[in-house]
Order: sequence, then structure tokens, then C-alpha cells
Amino acid sequence: MASYLQRLLTTCVVIPRRSMVIQNCAERKETGTDFKSDFLRSHIETTSLQKILLACGSAIMSLYSPMRGDMIAIMGETAGTSAMKYMLEKMKISQEGQEILKIRPRINSKTVNLPQLANLPEGTLGKTYVNFLNKNNVTPDSRLQVQFVDDIELAYVIQRYREVHDLVHAILNMPTNMLGEVTVKWVEAFQTRLPMCIGGAVFGAMRLSPKQRKLYVASYLPWAIQTGTTSSFLMNVFFEKRWDQPVNDLLQELNIQPMKT
Amino acid sequence: MVLHRRIFWSMKPVSAGLALLPRTASYCHSSGRKSFDNEETHFGFERIKAHEKNEKVREVFDSVSSTYDIMNDAMSFGVHRLWKDIFIQRLGPTQGTRLLDVAGGTGDIAFRFLKYLKNKECSENNALGVKSNVTVCDINEAMLNVGRSRSKSLSWIDSSDISWVQGDAEKLPLNSDSYCAYTIAFGIRNVTHIERVLEEAYRVLKPGGRFMCLEFSHVHNPYLQWLYDQYSFQIIPVMGQVIAGEWKPYQYLVESIRQFPNQEDFKHMIQCAGFQHITHENLSFGVVAIHSAFKL
Repeated sequence: MASYLQRLLTTCVVIPRRSMVIQNCAERKETGTDFKSDFLRSHIETTSLQKILLACGSAIMSLYSPMRGDMIAIMGETAGTSAMKYMLEKMKISQEGQEILKIRPRINSKTVNLPQLANLPEGTLGKTYVNFLNKNNVTPDSRLQVQFVDDIELAYVIQRYREVHDLVHAILNMPTNMLGEVTVKWVEAFQTRLPMCIGGAVFGAMRLSPKQRKLYVASYLPWAIQTGTTSSFLMNVFFEKRWDQPVNDLLQELNIQPMKT
Repeated sequence: MVLHRRIFWSMKPVSAGLALLPRTASYCHSSGRKSFDNEETHFGFERIKAHEKNEKVREVFDSVSSTYDIMNDAMSFGVHRLWKDIFIQRLGPTQGTRLLDVAGGTGDIAFRFLKYLKNKECSENNALGVKSNVTVCDINEAMLNVGRSRSKSLSWIDSSDISWVQGDAEKLPLNSDSYCAYTIAFGIRNVTHIERVLEEAYRVLKPGGRFMCLEFSHVHNPYLQWLYDQYSFQIIPVMGQVIAGEWKPYQYLVESIRQFPNQEDFKHMIQCAGFQHITHENLSFGVVAIHSAFKL
């Protein structure tokens, strides 16, 4: 009992005394290519109490201010440890997943040659991805670096989840409006078990307009549930090696039926 | 002790005693103006080169400026407003005071100073119509911009009564012997050389002028100190991340409080700069302290 209390006190209450260095602009910029060095640069040591407070605070702030993408990201990091472990195990039992974990590829404008992908034929994964980015005016550089996950393997899993999110949107043909985001969140919730995805799917649906809600109930939600529960684990897809693969082939391989609109 | 005849403030009593030791006390170090490339200083709990500190502090305040006031309210539960109200009451300015507020970027002290005088003008007959003014000096332009926009939104402020100047507290771009009062609130712990700031304060003040500092200080009660440490290190960076989207600047802020000299040590530093009649008063059990001194 005494040793349990001592451990509890140490993890919850002992203040991390190591200074958080405020690096100058040149140092603070992540490489974007080497995950390990970016992880070491961005990692912030936190006690269990701080993680709990961050999880609660970011959840509340996400509801209050849904535009705070950083809050949603932090909620994913602090409230999703068991989900991250689940995802890591699922990746480790897949050959493609093991390769991803070994190489730790990144998806951003430094690592992905977007102009080259734009020259691929229509219907390929690469071309579909670039079309998605252009149509929805999003960039692969908008994903935040993981800060509050202490284990590097788990940190990579959540980083990878963030960086493939737009690719998942693209292959599921879901736009970045509220309806599209909620649908993708449902698929991700079933696949990843991240509380942030579950919360995003449930609370995001409350913000749908009446017209969107009708479509959501009639077709998007049932399709998302079916896709999320029956498709292959999307985190095991090494997208970077499949840019020239036709999307329809990929969907068939992953057991995903496109939604009938 | 000879006081200058023209009194620029009403002398509010403070609780600590007088300190009339001569300037050349043996424990005073000469700050000199020479700095060495390998001179080190603290930045929170980290040791860095002294010449890097200004830039690092500038980056901290660049990143917090837009949410500075909101975070102050959140971290102190609004109590910082009371501390600043008491600070201005202790200063007790009279009409005609020329105030220099250093590191006062967003204008909290300046606005309170003008409000105090405005309320005093209403209750007293300012027959001479002597105008007071305040110069707000800050090293960070982003913080000054926040202050300027706040000033514009306050209809009762006459813009000619307040001027905004970018400058380094260690080397003020201002003439000597030109201000009646010098205030620095929650700024002095961020400077690289506290003693230079104090010397500059002495230089720009007129003889008889008053130096006042409001700064986080040391809590002496060990139980309260433990609670304060827990709150500072566990809660404040989390608040910074959730409210302002920044962790590291708020980690720096709580570390820098611990690095600042305690009440007595800071009093000695003020004395070494040449000030006299130095007193200090604790607020909130020593979480903050007001130091007051005169150039005589």
C-alpha cells in the first residue's frame, strides 16, 4: 500500500523540473522527415495529473471551440493511450504495418512530391489525393507534431494517424465539410478506438444542419458503420508505395464499398 | 534624510522598515557596462548565454501577446487586477506626475494610473489643470500593439496622455532625470541584468523620484509554498496549452518566478543602484511583492 501511494505521488505530483527550452525559430522548426529527431525536439514531459488535466481541458475546449484543431489533437494524445497500444499491436501483426513502423515514413510537402502525384493518371491514389487537397484547399503540412506521448512507438502511431487522415478522406471520397468529417470520424472510431474519434463523431453530428442530418441518418452513418467494422485496418496501408495504384483496386483490397450517393 | 521639496505622490504607508544604508555598501557589485560573450544567465531553469536571453524572452512574449490578458485572468483567477489596483494606490500619484511604466506593454498599469488621476480630478479641484502623462516602454512591439489597440477602445483616455515607446529596460532610449515615477510590473524578472535595469531606473528618475516594482516573489510558508509550486508547475502550463495553445512560454514563466531574488535580496539590489528609503510589502502571502524606493 505504501509503495503504491509512493508511486502514485511520484507520477502524479512530482513536478518535471527540467526546463522547457524555448528554442529559437531555426531550432524549433521540425525536420518533417526524421520522426525521431522531431519527437525528441517536440516532446514535453508531463505528469499523470497533467495528462488528465490536458485530456479534460482539451475535450472541453474542443466542444467550446471546434475550430481549435490543436485541442482535438491533444485530446487524441492524452486520452488515447490504450487505443494507441491497440493500433500498434494491429500494425505489428501485419507485414505492411511492420514495414511502416520500421521506416516511420512521414506525409508532408517535404516527403511527398505533390507535383509528381498530380501528373499521375486520374483514378490513381496519388492523383486522387492531390485532387482532394486542391479541391478542399488543405495542405499535408497542417498536422501538428506529437508532444505529450512519452513512448516513441506510440507517438509515431498517433503521428501516422494524423498524417494519413487526409488520405482516408480522399479514398473514402468524403469532403472536409462537417458531414464528411463526421463520417470519416465514425470510420476511424471503429478502426482506431481513439476516444477523440468517438467524441468527434458523436458531438460533431450534433452540429449538422437539418439537411445534412437527414443525409447522415439515411446513408452516411450506416455506410460509415459498415465500412468501419468490415474494412481492413487502414493504418496498415503503406500509401507512399501505392501512389500509382488505382483507387478502386485499393478499395477492393481493403474491402471498402464506395458509398452510393 | 532630505526629501525633495516637491512631492509628486501622496506617501502611502508600507509595512516594511526603512533602509538608509550608504550606496557603497560592501555587498553591492558593480554591474559595469561590459558584458562578456561567454557570460551565462538563467532562462527559467536553463542556463543560456546572456546575449541570447533578450531574443528568447522576445519570442516568449511574441507568442503570448495576443492572449496575455486572458491568461493573466485565468492563471490568477482575476487577482492580478487587485494586485495592480493596490500597486497604483501605493504609488498614489498626484496631478502633474510624469510616469514611466517599463515592460508595461499591454497597458494595465498605465490605464490604472490615468484612471486613478481622473477619479482624483473629479473628487478634487484641479485648479492648476496640470496634466499628467505616462510613457509605456516595452522591448516587445507585439505587446505594445496590444496596448495601443486597448487604449483606442477606451473612450475615457486622452491619447495625448499616453505614449508608447519600444525600448530595452537595460538601456532606455530616454533622457536622464526626466520622470517623477518609474514603475515596472511583472517585467523585471525577465531581464538579463536586473542591476542594469535598476541603474537605468535611477538615471531616468528626477531627484525625489520614486521607483516601484510589482513582481512575483517568494512565499515563505512551506505549506503554502508547496501548494503554490504544485499550482505553478502542474496547472499553469496546462492552462497555457488549453487556453492559449502554448505550453513552453508558460513553463518558462513559472520557472522564471523561482529564479528571481527573494524580497530581501531584491531590496539590497535596489539599494546598490543608489536608491534610498527602500520598503517592500507582500501581497497574497508573498506570491507577489511591491518594492518601493526613492532617488534622493
